[in-house]
Amino acid sequence: MFGWLVWRDLILAWRRRADVLATLFFFIIVVSLFPLGIGPERETLRTIAPGVVWVAALLASMLSLGRIFGNDYQDGTLEQLLLTPQPAYLVVLAKVLAHWIVSEIPLVLIAPVLGVQFGLSQNGLAIVVVSLLLGTPVLSVIGSVGAALTLGLRAANVLVALLVLPLYIPVLIFGSGAVQASVTGSSPQAWLLLLGAMLIVSLVFAPWATSAALRISVE
Amino acid sequence: MFRSYSPPGQPARRCGYLWNSGIDFSLCLQCRSQTKVYGTRYGIKVVTATHSDALDQRKCGNFMSKNRINLYKYAAPANFYPLAGKLIPLFAVPSAILFILGMYVGFFVAPTDAVQGESYRILFIHVPAAWMGMFLYVLMAIYAGVGWAFNARLASMMATAISPTGAIFTFISLVTGSLWGRPAWGVWWVWDARLTSTLILLFLYIGFISLQSSIDDARRADRAGAVLALVGVINVPIIYFSVQWWNSLHQGATITKNSFKMAPSMAAAMLILLGACWLYSIAVVLVRVRYIIREREQEAPWLAEATA
Amino acid sequence: MGLIRYFATDKYAVYIWGSYGVTFLLLGAEVLMLLKRKRNLTRGHSPKLESRDNRLETSFQEIR
Repeated sequence: MFGWLVWRDLILAWRRRADVLATLFFFIIVVSLFPLGIGPERETLRTIAPGVVWVAALLASMLSLGRIFGNDYQDGTLEQLLLTPQPAYLVVLAKVLAHWIVSEIPLVLIAPVLGVQFGLSQNGLAIVVVSLLLGTPVLSVIGSVGAALTLGLRAANVLVALLVLPLYIPVLIFGSGAVQASVTGSSPQAWLLLLGAMLIVSLVFAPWATSAALRISVE
Repeated sequence: MFRSYSPPGQPARRCGYLWNSGIDFSLCLQCRSQTKVYGTRYGIKVVTATHSDALDQRKCGNFMSKNRINLYKYAAPANFYPLAGKLIPLFAVPSAILFILGMYVGFFVAPTDAVQGESYRILFIHVPAAWMGMFLYVLMAIYAGVGWAFNARLASMMATAISPTGAIFTFISLVTGSLWGRPAWGVWWVWDARLTSTLILLFLYIGFISLQSSIDDARRADRAGAVLALVGVINVPIIYFSVQWWNSLHQGATITKNSFKMAPSMAAAMLILLGACWLYSIAVVLVRVRYIIREREQEAPWLAEATA
Repeated sequence: MGLIRYFATDKYAVYIWGSYGVTFLLLGAEVLMLLKRKRNLTRGHSPKLESRDNRLETSFQEIR
């Protein structure tokens, strides 16, 4: 059931490729806007690179959150999924996994290319990828809580961003801190370990909050 | 199991709740009116409770219990509404008095600080406001959680009532903090652990308020707010520690502390103002929860009498 | 009342008066908002009251 749900979501996302690619292009554009706004001086760009890449990844994730449950809620599939004997926890986990594969992996793959724009060293680029790999699942799973809370509301997109931002901040701090550490030469190990810890904790607890929120929203 | 329903031919005046058989009558603990037991049906002893007259039932709010002391009487909005009304002046007047007293002690009794001069006096309102912001968030989360877990409407209404007050106190603490920071440290804002987590707390409040105001169905809004408040409560210590680690790992950040000694009169002023803020918060929350009750319980018959 | 005059001339006066001013302004604004809410309630025009009628429309929107 889990595998089937993931596969179904992947196929559905593939049929609506435009949505997915829009998020990716948003990420690329936002990251590219910063050098245009701040100026092309290499040293400045190298300093702001970790923060910019991470903030842009955050914003792109927030944009895509509506898609986790939105379509299924509108045509009634979500209710049916909640009625199955499988625990809602697994349903949520499956959808979050599919969302991560579809929305966040492209960000992770594109990030090193954008890092080159900012003049990051090879080490820095590697750490960008690793920190995003560890951090984006956390973003997806915590974002699913916000997405479940705001199902079907007016102006849900903005509201989701507002709700989920405070919860994203520790991830942002540790993620960009890791890249920052590798850029300045110190070891990013501590930051990455903390990111990993957040990943494990959020994977265990957040889907439970999301399923509670889904039951509330779907009634 | 025992059923309770009115005997046929009687108007529906029942209180409607259950207790063990074996007792022939019971007292409704709200209105103290006696009830009667009506015979047996289907071989099971059926106990029906009716109040001795309709007026008692309406005033009572339909609650019966075997226990002598009814702990949950005020969990009904109908009973809580008049209680809150009576409590409000009890909190509002002492709050005003304590504010005036606290300002007096803070400005006229507390001595001038050797290092910071007069500007430290801002702390007398800044520290209480910060504490209020944090305590009110935890209180709000507890009420919201209780309202969700026990399906208690009134608890969720209390959570909704607390949120604006908490947000305002958090905002006050941020503003007064930066107004104190300017003369003390020379900067309006610094990204250390405490300030950043207070800012995030403000965002959490704003998120809670926006979520509840964008959902029309009251019970769904209550439960969604409860999920958000509880997730936020877990997140607040995480934010505090993550920002602390961030600042200690980035060796360049300034970690400032208020390094001045507290004369007893300074501590007194702060505590008096803290008490004033607490009493004010309780009074304002009670007023607000009364308005929320009125807005939500419009079709209830007790409301028309209570607000006449 | 010499202290009050002293505060007026103290260089930190702006900050102190500013802080307490903002505090009492905001607390006063909160009380005023409560009064406004009460007035809306008694007149029957509050958005909360009306939202109960709109609820049916909203749920139709959501089903669609």
